[in-house]
Amino acid sequence: MKILIRGARLIDATQKLDKVGDLCIAAGRVIGVDRTPEGFTPNRTIDAQGLIVAPGLVDLSARLREPGFEYLATLESEMAAAVAGGVTSLACPPDTDPTLDEPGLVEMLKYRAQGLNQCRVFPIGALTAGLEGQRITEMAELRDAGCLGFSQAMRPIADTQVLARALAYAATFNFCVWLQPQDAHLGHGGFAHDGEVASRLGLAAIPVTAETVAIATILLLMRETGARVHFCRISSARGLDMIHEARKEGLPVTCDVGVHHLHLSEMDIGWFDSNCHLSPPLRSIRDRDALRAAACNGLIDAICSDHSPVDEDTKQVPFAESSIGATGLELLLPLTLKWGKERGLGLGETLERVTAKPAQILGIAAGTLQEGSLADICIFDPNAEWKVEAASIVSQGKNTPFLGYNMQGRVQYTLVGGQLIFDRSPKNNKNA
Amino acid sequence: MSANPQLDSQGRLQHLLTIDGLPASIITQILNTAQHFKETGADSKKLPLLAGKSVFNLFFEPSTRTRTTFEIAAKRLSADVINLNVAASSQSKGETLLDTVDNLSAMSADMFVVRHAESGAAHMIARHVAPGIHVVNAGDGRHAHPTQALLDMFTIRHFKGSFENLRVAIIGDVLHSRVARSQIHALTTLKVPEVRVIAPKTLIPKDVEHMGVHVYHDMETGLKDVDVVMTLRLQNERMNGALLPSREEFFKYYGLTQEKLSAARPDAIVMHPGPMNRGVEIDSAVADGPQSVILSQVTFGIFVRMAVMAILAENT
Repeated sequence: MKILIRGARLIDATQKLDKVGDLCIAAGRVIGVDRTPEGFTPNRTIDAQGLIVAPGLVDLSARLREPGFEYLATLESEMAAAVAGGVTSLACPPDTDPTLDEPGLVEMLKYRAQGLNQCRVFPIGALTAGLEGQRITEMAELRDAGCLGFSQAMRPIADTQVLARALAYAATFNFCVWLQPQDAHLGHGGFAHDGEVASRLGLAAIPVTAETVAIATILLLMRETGARVHFCRISSARGLDMIHEARKEGLPVTCDVGVHHLHLSEMDIGWFDSNCHLSPPLRSIRDRDALRAAACNGLIDAICSDHSPVDEDTKQVPFAESSIGATGLELLLPLTLKWGKERGLGLGETLERVTAKPAQILGIAAGTLQEGSLADICIFDPNAEWKVEAASIVSQGKNTPFLGYNMQGRVQYTLVGGQLIFDRSPKNNKNA
Repeated sequence: MSANPQLDSQGRLQHLLTIDGLPASIITQILNTAQHFKETGADSKKLPLLAGKSVFNLFFEPSTRTRTTFEIAAKRLSADVINLNVAASSQSKGETLLDTVDNLSAMSADMFVVRHAESGAAHMIARHVAPGIHVVNAGDGRHAHPTQALLDMFTIRHFKGSFENLRVAIIGDVLHSRVARSQIHALTTLKVPEVRVIAPKTLIPKDVEHMGVHVYHDMETGLKDVDVVMTLRLQNERMNGALLPSREEFFKYYGLTQEKLSAARPDAIVMHPGPMNRGVEIDSAVADGPQSVILSQVTFGIFVRMAVMAILAENT
């Protein structure tokens, strides 16, 4: 299949590209950027005037809920949501049921995902068996099965000795360990940032120290073990300061932020809005502003959706009893664009945070439009306005703090490996 | 912050969920209505203000005093009162909170008086019920206990006349106390110039100063020259652990004794929301002493709850 994408604004930070032109695709790869190779005759032409062509988004955290939680979401529903959001590669955390702690499970998940022929799925393996923080997993076997990193998802390892050994073992093979810095005890049983709002609403709280104590511990163990660590979902200004120091020192550390945390703070909980029940918690406005700045100056490498579809009923309960998480795959692009615009960041650099940078962290060949690269492509209308409503979201998870908000920027077409997987034109898509 | 969920578009009270954000004018209206009930002897004869209305006491957490005073108040207003101890019935069969509310609404409830162990439960019910059904929060988690705070304000006004020149101290487990949060909002809304909280650091919520209070960690300076001393109940499960080492040590340093009370103004009044732990947060000699107004609080609580229900019914 040869595809010609005509007349689009081509954006790709990896080649400092920002110009209107054509993109040619053949045999699943990009073969011409702003030029038409000799003898290229497309089978299909996509008229993309007024649209932006960018590398497909790479999402460092999207829960697909399989295996084990199919009542919340399925691979079918969430991979469809991914491509509707322009996401062509995603990493899924191991907190499924059973957890992704055995090679067979990982192979099965990859096999299922491939069969569905939507986006690419990269499982993150469990660092400890059952995420229980006691016995390390067969990381090398899991890597062979397809895991690109190892994580505890939202379950911190309480025993520091186990954590030290897990990091040392991962370092043996130079595997990257993905950790959401969260002390196992500080903030245990808490639901909201330990600040003004939790105090006023009487919600058990999670202090910033739950994050910073964990970061300090992990950084000390990194120096000792030589492990590479990717910090997931940084939430506080102080946490960022510590990562900044570690970077200066030369420690191999990267980090990401959930896109919600670039826009929301504890204040958005209002009167107990359970859609704002997230992990880590939405913190103070000062923390949010520090995250926005750090994503801009590169201290934060990548922005992820932290997509976590939950059951509507489990949000219709008091805040503390409500499920953690929000839908995010289809909001990642517009919310990232909004942040970039508000920060005065160029489109190339803005999109880099959801394309090239996360691809680098995952260690996959994606997030670029360079000739010869896989044709994973997101084509979006930067001016299209749409309203976030249950009916306008493809994901089975409809809960988001942004319900009722207007978004700017919407995906029109998504290509994965040179195949047109998603097309929002009314005739092609009932969800458009 | 979203719009105040307890007022309608004309600013009239539709639910009583929290004192936070409640205008002083509504607090004063409630206190004045309660005063009217007190003066007209509404404790001896029934008023028809809620005749034909059904009030459901929906208690997901055990309570004797609060439930009883709500029941008495509703009955004096001629309402039909249905008491549901939900902890022991549908919830244990797996029915969700909102299903329970829907079912009771279908039995033509006009008002729900709700107590629940989780902060925000009353807000959630208020958002869910049909217009015209009123929700009164009788205590949700650590969040709010607005009628307790209102009856405390009634008591203070009764004994002190006004709020403008008072110094008030709240002592004890502020961190876990819905009563303290509602008291603080009520006192600051009514322009009490100085509100203090006194407790060890383990029992003070983060950034509590943002609510307009001064934090003290010792009783002698905290109680100096105060006009009103409000003690809080210390839950049993908090007495031994990582928050406090023992009830004995708490009593020694933070229990209200006659000696510690002597730092306050000689005409200071002593309050407690009940039920009291004698010898833990308060010494019997103080609880039963001349400065204690604790039993008046209980009596006034009925008038205040009558006032709240009457105003809500009028705003239907």
